Amino acid sequence: MDRLNDGHTVKSYDGELEHLHCLVLEIGGLVIHQVDEALTSFKNRDPELAQKVIAMDHEVDQLEVQTDDAVSKIIAKRWPVSSDLRLVIAASKSVSDLERIGDEAVRIAGMVIQLFGSEGSEPNSLMLRDINRIGSLALVSLRNAVAIFDVWNEEKAMLVIESHREMEEEFQGDLRHLLTYVLEDYRNIGFAVSVILVIKALERIGHHAHNLAEHVIFRVHGEDVRSRQPCQDG
Amino acid sequence: MTTNMYPNFELDINKVNEGEGSFRDFSKFRKRQSPSLGKALVDDDKTVGEWSTHSPRITCRSINVRYGTKLAIDKVSLDIGRNEVISFIGPSGCGKSTLLRCLNRMNDTIPNCRVRGEIKLDGEDIYRREIDVVPLRAKVGMVFQKPNPFPKSIFENVAYGPRIHGLSMSKEELAEIVETSLRRAGLWDEVKDYLDHPGTGLSGGQQQRLCIARTIAVNPEVILMDEPCSALDPIATAKIEQLIDELRELYTIVIVTHSMQQAARVSQRTAYFHMGKLIEVGETANVFTNPLHKLTDDYISGRFG
Repeated sequence: MDRLNDGHTVKSYDGELEHLHCLVLEIGGLVIHQVDEALTSFKNRDPELAQKVIAMDHEVDQLEVQTDDAVSKIIAKRWPVSSDLRLVIAASKSVSDLERIGDEAVRIAGMVIQLFGSEGSEPNSLMLRDINRIGSLALVSLRNAVAIFDVWNEEKAMLVIESHREMEEEFQGDLRHLLTYVLEDYRNIGFAVSVILVIKALERIGHHAHNLAEHVIFRVHGEDVRSRQPCQDG
Repeated sequence: MTTNMYPNFELDINKVNEGEGSFRDFSKFRKRQSPSLGKALVDDDKTVGEWSTHSPRITCRSINVRYGTKLAIDKVSLDIGRNEVISFIGPSGCGKSTLLRCLNRMNDTIPNCRVRGEIKLDGEDIYRREIDVVPLRAKVGMVFQKPNPFPKSIFENVAYGPRIHGLSMSKEELAEIVETSLRRAGLWDEVKDYLDHPGTGLSGGQQQRLCIARTIAVNPEVILMDEPCSALDPIATAKIEQLIDELRELYTIVIVTHSMQQAARVSQRTAYFHMGKLIEVGETANVFTNPLHKLTDDYISGRFG
């Protein structure tokens, strides 16, 4: 049985913590949707869908305000300690990570409008393949991170943290890849820069998802894994 | 949207482990983590955390206290360091006040109370037969829950101890001790013009500070405080807490409190007791952010049903 879920003597305290937890998950669900739609709009070259992604940001911002409010009220009223304190801190930090993920989704959507919004130049579709690959990596990381935030599973959090390396390698590879297109034909440069910005945004999304996983470990373990280096063999 | 909110995990553990020897290797990460996993939230009743300190002033070893047949303290070992404030917390009847009272043999006055084990103050066993408890209680002073000034003047309240212990040679010297003690207790400026007024005429918070002045007038090494703020308002409480912080430089302070926030605010170490057992001792900041024992965690976070 998960001991972190044992109830408090004062039941309304449980309710407030649960509410906070749900708020974070709600934002999580929303930004997953946002990123998913942003990627779809890119794939389908759909500026209209991109507009919707941008519009969703307002909702995320409002939920963020609500969550911050819930955090400060719990701290003021309940003086949380131990795992409760760590839950509140983890929730507070996770919300800002999620909110930034939303911002990156908006950035991608903006790029979709810029690239496909007007008739004219037909972009090189080969260059778009990288976006799909790193995009799905980022989305999987994000989905997993939000799911583990729901169940506080430390082992799976570790997997998300580990998978981040793959994401970083993909990002570096994509940069090199795009550079070859530029070298091939300098007229590609404008489009390549846009693609790089999108890839960078996706890399940031992956990074924030990785942060979420670290917050989960902090909540479960009381240990900050951010600065921890793996030990060397021998 | 809700359907894809919690998808199945798409990560493959084998895939993650493939990059062996690389910088952030999963298995290495796990190895590093196992020690903390091992000590996390134990359920048995052995004391967890650091019960011993580097340079202890008081050492308690295997203390058992019985009231008649009832075991009030069960095999408690604990060191109390120099110039530290240690707080004892725990639910009513957990033995924290009993242990506090053992430290200056206040339990001697209770019939049927038997103390077993060894308590040493600066290396000297305080339960030896030939120990005189009067100087012991001067060395290990005590402040109680309710302020209890003598029905005498403010001056006499503080002067009484040094006089009976023969700490002053002259009137001037006595007046000096009274002034220093009142100053250290943060009360001098408030009472210097009314030293001949009765101590009982002061406010609750002032009375408690008067009791602290009375305790420090006899030059103690250790001050025991048994819920010193439970009868005071928040402002008087804050003054006492500030005082505790200042006195830490000179004395070892042991404080029993029911207010966990107070324990968190004033002490460097916290000891948690439960049903006569010392469950956990550790640095206060760690105990309140990441307790090691489940019972401690439940108590401080309000999960005792």
